[in-house]
Amino acid sequence: MTLLRVSKLSKYFGGLAAVQDLDLFAEKGEIVGLIGPNGAGKTTVFNLISGYLTPTGGEIAFKGESLAGLKPNRVCKKGIGRTFQIVQPFAGLTVLKNVMISALNRTEKPKIAEEKSLDILQFLGLSEKRNFPVGSLTIADRKRLELAKALATEPELMLLDEVAAGLNPRETEDIIGMIKQINKRGIGLLMIEHVMKAIVSLASRIVVINFGIKIAEGAPSEVLRHPEVVKAYLGGDIKVAEHK
Amino acid sequence: MISATMILQLLINGILRGSIYALAAIGMTVIFGVMNIINFAHGALMMLAMYITYWLFTLLGVDPYLSLVISVPTLFILGGFIEKYLIHKSLDEPEINQFLITAGIMIFIENAMLFLFSPDVKATSVSYKGAAISIGNVIIGLNPLAAGLIAAAITAGLYFFNKKTDLGRALRAVAANKEAARLMGINLNYIYFVAFGIGSACVGAAGTIISPMYYIFPQAGDLFLLLAFVIVILGGQGHVVGAFFGGLIIGVVESLCILVIPGSTKDAVVFAVFILVLLFKPLGLFGKRRQ
Amino acid sequence: MNRTNFSRTFLSVVLLALFLVAPFFVGPYFLHILIMTFLFAYLARSWDLIGGYAGQLFLGPVAMFGIGAYTSTLLGVHFGLSPWIGMLAGGVMGTIVGVLLCYVSFRFGLKGIYFGLVTLTFPEICRVIVLNLDAFGGVNGILIPFKERSPLGALLYMQFAGKIAYYYMSFLMMLLSLYVIHRIQKLKSGYYYLALRENEEAAEAVGVDTLKYKLMVTGIGSFFLAVGGTFHAQYLMMVNPETFFGMDFTLEVIIRSIVGGVGTVFGPVIGSFILTPLSDISRAILGGYQGVHLMLFGAIIVAIIIFLPKGVGEWLGRGYRFLEARFGGKMPVSVKEDKDDFAESK
Repeated sequence: MTLLRVSKLSKYFGGLAAVQDLDLFAEKGEIVGLIGPNGAGKTTVFNLISGYLTPTGGEIAFKGESLAGLKPNRVCKKGIGRTFQIVQPFAGLTVLKNVMISALNRTEKPKIAEEKSLDILQFLGLSEKRNFPVGSLTIADRKRLELAKALATEPELMLLDEVAAGLNPRETEDIIGMIKQINKRGIGLLMIEHVMKAIVSLASRIVVINFGIKIAEGAPSEVLRHPEVVKAYLGGDIKVAEHK
Repeated sequence: MISATMILQLLINGILRGSIYALAAIGMTVIFGVMNIINFAHGALMMLAMYITYWLFTLLGVDPYLSLVISVPTLFILGGFIEKYLIHKSLDEPEINQFLITAGIMIFIENAMLFLFSPDVKATSVSYKGAAISIGNVIIGLNPLAAGLIAAAITAGLYFFNKKTDLGRALRAVAANKEAARLMGINLNYIYFVAFGIGSACVGAAGTIISPMYYIFPQAGDLFLLLAFVIVILGGQGHVVGAFFGGLIIGVVESLCILVIPGSTKDAVVFAVFILVLLFKPLGLFGKRRQ
Repeated sequence: MNRTNFSRTFLSVVLLALFLVAPFFVGPYFLHILIMTFLFAYLARSWDLIGGYAGQLFLGPVAMFGIGAYTSTLLGVHFGLSPWIGMLAGGVMGTIVGVLLCYVSFRFGLKGIYFGLVTLTFPEICRVIVLNLDAFGGVNGILIPFKERSPLGALLYMQFAGKIAYYYMSFLMMLLSLYVIHRIQKLKSGYYYLALRENEEAAEAVGVDTLKYKLMVTGIGSFFLAVGGTFHAQYLMMVNPETFFGMDFTLEVIIRSIVGGVGTVFGPVIGSFILTPLSDISRAILGGYQGVHLMLFGAIIVAIIIFLPKGVGEWLGRGYRFLEARFGGKMPVSVKEDKDDFAESK
């Protein structure tokens, strides 16, 4: 059974179509890229899947069950974790507490949540900063914290919204490595990205949307040369990287 | 026996009374719209204007309507200074701090007046106090009528100010999205000063024009503060015209309540209306979604 | 046990002992101030659970306080029920009303200031209703009829001749409220309340049922506020709309939490220990001059928000750490070193 299946998904704001008739799927353990110019509706898709917005039409099914009408916390409980484009930490708390709150998704005991959180911080290289207040973290660390928070909820699918944005090449390499490790644990990933290097290194399949409609889908090498895709990005912000 | 005339009279009283509530509320909605805070000191500022008007009349014989020229600018500056030197810092802090600091200012002002002028009730006894005209069987007090007209004029003035002038547009920009406004080069500090000043000036005008009709005492502003909350929500956050009509509605509701229920229970009705509006139409009659 | 913990425990024990024996050395006026200090420490501590720790703009604690007071009083007057039962009943009533009020607000999507306005005006509705209904005693309220004088009777009806019993009761209540937050901090729900305060959207994304936990924390806080209402009613031997549903109470409670350090464990208690005696003494000294002590009160509120927005507790904590850094290990007692208790509950 397909892990995530989105069928004919639509979202209208008043008369404006943010997403139209979108079909999207992800298999267990797959990494799927979701790209498109700014304003194409990608984050809207994430908000629809994770329950922050209600679809105007269409279906979203996860592990065979419909996600219709579920609030974000229920979607998380079902096994979908997400990061936000602009990181959303629990700003006044320490790094460890941030992750513990996520880890409590699967346990009732803070002690166990703490152990799990320490493991995850170790895995993502944030151990030393575990008692730091979030405000003191660099942007790269905040991105890692955002990953840690999503990972700690023990998801089967993670929605990553521009995780690589704002990172320098070294940091981008690091985070690509971490995502590969996460994927090795069997977690599927749906990634919104503008940093092509990240998408191309990770995704086995890419979906391209523009104005809320899917315009291409396939392996990275095909998709990125697709005339419609190139046209959509003309004047856009694709970082044409060395993705040979 | 409830006659049509009685109802008409109550309606008119309500509308005229409501226009004063509206004027007080308009000040609050400007502040709420631009700065996203509820100014708990609002009623206290209105009371200050009442006292200013009273003393100008009693000591210098200045007619209340003329003293608008003094009370309005004075309240504008006072409000601006309160924002700049007292409130400004707390705008980045949790809302509870903003609630407390404006409440603290209210407590200070009200009790300062209590100390200075005692709780004795004062009245501005102008010679034309009870003057009225009658149309058919309905009596319209001249003071309430003047108050209503002035309130409407100020509302209209503020509406055009917002729509047509650069400063007004800047206020609206900040109200809609302060980050975007800042990126566009608008000086937020200046805007906050002006917004609070305008808000205070409006409530100052309300205090002045109600002086001939109302008792003046340190807690005089409390009622208008509470009603202003209701009206601001009813009219929609930041909506001047909405607040005006909201004020009229509340004035009428309050007036008609007399028909059905005793004494101060009408306050409960007004608050119940308030909560219902908050639940079912939190954006108010004219409200738009804020970013 | 290291030196710091020993110093802390030692000091705590000393303080405890002092408070326990105080009634034997101190006159009724000071006992009264202490009772009010403990009571408001308890009330502020209870409010802080909802408004500080969970970060909800809950501006109507007086509603629960009044509901608790009137429930136990009415049950006592009409059915002769012991106030202990009445206290429990009042607590339950307060919880139900608090949870309902919040449920309705949150279901309708009210947040922040809008939620604050609902909670602010709801007690006003209660006050006006109680004011105008004879069944609730109207403007003069209800006097609690004096019952037997025997010690057992006094205990049963929570009516004590002197202040001593109220003193120990309020002291225990304050300790209880501190114990409650101490326990909650270690629970899953405690962590979730922090998440509510810091970032609701993020909380939802990591599996927190924000509605459920908002209602939970409101329910708990409301219960304790209502119980406090019963205590105060029995202490005053009466209830009336102004004292028990008036907005002044809300301000008094919240300001103590902010002054001491909102969201911290001891903040509300510190705030009460600073403001309650100050308020009483200034009223005694300046009360002759109409409004002066309240002017002072207003000025203090404004000054604290401007200069010490994180509260006195945090400022003391900073000062202490500064002194410690300056003078090395020479400080004899490191009471405030544990950040968790005096700084943020983080």
